[in-house]
Amino acid sequence: MSKVSLKIDGQTVQAEAGSTILQAAEGAGIHIPTLCYHPVLPAEGACRICVVEVAKQRLLLPACTYPVAEGMEVLTESPQVVEARRFVLELLLSDHPQDCLTCEANGDCELQDLAYRYQVKRSRFQGEVHRYPLDEANPFIARDMTKCILCRRCVGACRDIQAVDAIGLAHRGFDTKVAAAFDAPLQDSTCVFCGQCVAVCPVGALTEKNARFLGRSWEMTRVTTVCPYCGVGCLLDLNVKDNRIIKVTSNWEGPANRGATCVKGRFGYEFVHSPDRLTRPLIKANGAFVEASWEEALDLVARRLAEIKGQHGPDSLAVLASAKCTNEENYLLQKFARAVLGTNNVDHCARL
Amino acid sequence: MSGLGTAFGSGAMTNSIQDLGLARAFLVIGSNTTEQHPVIALQIKRAVRKGARLIVADPRAIELAELADVHLSHQPGTDLGLLNGLAQVILEEGLWDRDFVARRTENFDAFRASVAPYTPEFVERLTGVPAEKIRQAARLYATSRPAAIVYAMGITQHVAGHRNVLALANLAMLTGNVGMEGSGVNPLRGQNNVQGACDMGALPDVYTGYQKVVNPEARAKFEEAWGVPLPAECGLTVVEMTRAAAEGKVKAMYVVGENPMLSDPDLHHVREALESLDFLVVQDIFLTETAQLADVVLPGASFAEKDGTYTNTERRVQLIRKAVEPPGQARPDWWAVAELAERVQRDRGPVSFYYNSPAQIMEEIASLTPAYGGIRHERLGIQGLQWPCPTADHPGTPVLHRERFTRGLGLFAPVEFMPADELPDGEYPLILTTGRLLQHYHMGSMTRRVPGLNQLVPQELMEINPVDATRLGLPDGAPARVRSRRGEVLTRVRVTDRPRLGVVFMTFHFAEAAANLLTNPALDPTAKIPEFKACAVRVEPA
Ligand code: SF4
Ligand code: SF4
Ligand code: SF4
Ligand code: FES
Repeated sequence: MSKVSLKIDGQTVQAEAGSTILQAAEGAGIHIPTLCYHPVLPAEGACRICVVEVAKQRLLLPACTYPVAEGMEVLTESPQVVEARRFVLELLLSDHPQDCLTCEANGDCELQDLAYRYQVKRSRFQGEVHRYPLDEANPFIARDMTKCILCRRCVGACRDIQAVDAIGLAHRGFDTKVAAAFDAPLQDSTCVFCGQCVAVCPVGALTEKNARFLGRSWEMTRVTTVCPYCGVGCLLDLNVKDNRIIKVTSNWEGPANRGATCVKGRFGYEFVHSPDRLTRPLIKANGAFVEASWEEALDLVARRLAEIKGQHGPDSLAVLASAKCTNEENYLLQKFARAVLGTNNVDHCARL
Repeated sequence: MSGLGTAFGSGAMTNSIQDLGLARAFLVIGSNTTEQHPVIALQIKRAVRKGARLIVADPRAIELAELADVHLSHQPGTDLGLLNGLAQVILEEGLWDRDFVARRTENFDAFRASVAPYTPEFVERLTGVPAEKIRQAARLYATSRPAAIVYAMGITQHVAGHRNVLALANLAMLTGNVGMEGSGVNPLRGQNNVQGACDMGALPDVYTGYQKVVNPEARAKFEEAWGVPLPAECGLTVVEMTRAAAEGKVKAMYVVGENPMLSDPDLHHVREALESLDFLVVQDIFLTETAQLADVVLPGASFAEKDGTYTNTERRVQLIRKAVEPPGQARPDWWAVAELAERVQRDRGPVSFYYNSPAQIMEEIASLTPAYGGIRHERLGIQGLQWPCPTADHPGTPVLHRERFTRGLGLFAPVEFMPADELPDGEYPLILTTGRLLQHYHMGSMTRRVPGLNQLVPQELMEINPVDATRLGLPDGAPARVRSRRGEVLTRVRVTDRPRLGVVFMTFHFAEAAANLLTNPALDPTAKIPEFKACAVRVEPA
């Protein structure tokens, strides 16, 4: 790869030929704000929040799509750039509800962050505003299109990550909105509820329906772990508050999935907190289960296994381990069967 | 598993999930990837959008079949005929990789002779797939490089499962599609830690890392590490355990996190077997159908409530991290097993089960398992490590068999076609095949407790072809009774062209319409996997 040399905010920067100004700036630790751009998606160049000033160019250029060139001189926060960004933000805010007080995305909203950074308090523009009803008819995704800034990230995610194309831009001009084909409800479209669109939405337009009003982003801790379902082994971030999983978010570093999930990994966590969970050891007495302590239960099991082994030999015992248990647990189970019970009768349902 | 072990020397997925995206062609067989392994399906779909060729062999018109260049819709249980047919065309038309075959494989001549009779016309009669499509598929697979084979339980859950896998390995070797990115033979493992459970020796014939219990050296090594003499004979597989229980030979079982009452073939038999035990202990997170039969039930912790590792289908060992406390007195399985082990050996106590964390257990695993030798929790981070990872500074192995096969030379194995154990007849005229849905998982104990997933798919809908449905007088959504030689279930039907004529499809997610009351416990003689993917049934309106 050949390199080009350019100046960004006075700093000399080396970048791959063909890379964008945004990539070059990021490589040099210079942050240029973006809205429609998302690192896992092809750049759309739709929002113009990322514009920068380039010497000898009459117009401001979008950093997320414009390629670097040898000798280029870029300013990322010149007065002209800041003015342009404020203009974009004011336009967006002129048609945005600004009910951050109760918005799910509060504290985790790229529009809010930018308004703060560029001190845009309210819009100078008064115009027609969109009012769409909140759509919560499907099981998992709350769609508040009133908050949509038409950045098209969700469309890109559905197309380029998920290869589903369930959603696209419908209608024209002022009426443009993100919708499934024929503006059908999501649950009646080809949507597979992978939640990829929610993961990339920069604002509160697409949120996890079952997490609504359960916690603010800063109240939750994110714990990176592996999906409990299929063998792909997608990495997931569990968002936890008060000992409950509130929602699952994408981990973009996941080696097997790079942030993608299916419906089970993204939305299939509620079984963890099911009221049906076993919470006490149970011992059957006269055909009915009675709650017991671990002491009692383990002593009983140990005694019975030892007795049966004594009477009928070790091969009268068998252990079923599990493809849902960890490696460490499976290791201990086969060690237990072989070294303690004295039998190789140990298997799991790999074949099933 | 066993098939790839024989051919290549390692039973695991040869390649990595991300590098599958580099394939120029895919042969997907016995895998409804978009529903069973959705995120791997993304790699395939994205590659196909960029021009990769796709061959799908499946008795149903699954979603990938709609994107395919060729869809081979074969009769369930005839995969082997089809695969031998593909090899025959590749040889006949001179599309094979002579250099690879000469340098890296053995037993080619015997294999070549064995597939000679499988002309496309003969295979058409065996499988119901038109001869021309077989030629087309063979040419696409052989002439696009690299080409990846992707398969799942639709290949292994047959009496010929082991042979099917050997036939896939034959195809990959014949075309030189092993040892580079975007190629290989890639079994997709069903549950999240099937790979790990196998790696850890939760199998009746091997210790960790597939070290055989019948090998005196391996046994001596584990005897020394654990400090006790160990049994020298192979143990029983799951299906053999329940048989032995019914015969009174197995008297007590300790079942952790499994639900054979729904997952095993021929459930009536499984219930009888478990009921005839003197003592049954079940450790699980829910009171499953199996737990209800237990004498003692121990409450386990879910994946979100413990630390440890899972190994995914691409051999990647990844950390799981505790996010919440288990409810009530539920405890991680590793804690319970260790406690139990200490108690059982109270008077003889030589085998140590003192561990203060899963990380410490992994150190013991690493010390006994060459492929895991360099795996330590503190090394795993976000990216994990793909085995083989023999030493503490080894970076892991994304692609197997690069310069040489694990066993040295790749072994071509002649494999003769064998029909399914149970074929349709006058009394049971349809073939039932089973599988999964996107929205549910395995026996449903987890996903059916997620209200939104139940809302998306609330009940079993057996798929049936419109022609069969009309003949039987079954409109879409009608209730039907499905009978096999082993039992019957009630279900509603979904009339769709997805299954081919004469084939019906059910999942095993729904206890109230448990397909495994119907399925055939006939086992593959080598891999001991039951034939879930084909049994004869009779369907009538209910
Ligand atoms: S949930 Fe997935 S499939 Fe549905 S619209 Fe969003 S990205 Fe597309
Ligand atoms: S819904 Fe979100 S991601 Fe989609 S266009 Fe609107 S703001 Fe962007
Ligand atoms: S998120 Fe879906 S594809 Fe990924 S591991 Fe979980 S079940 Fe499999
Ligand atoms: S981020 Fe560059 S145009 Fe939107």
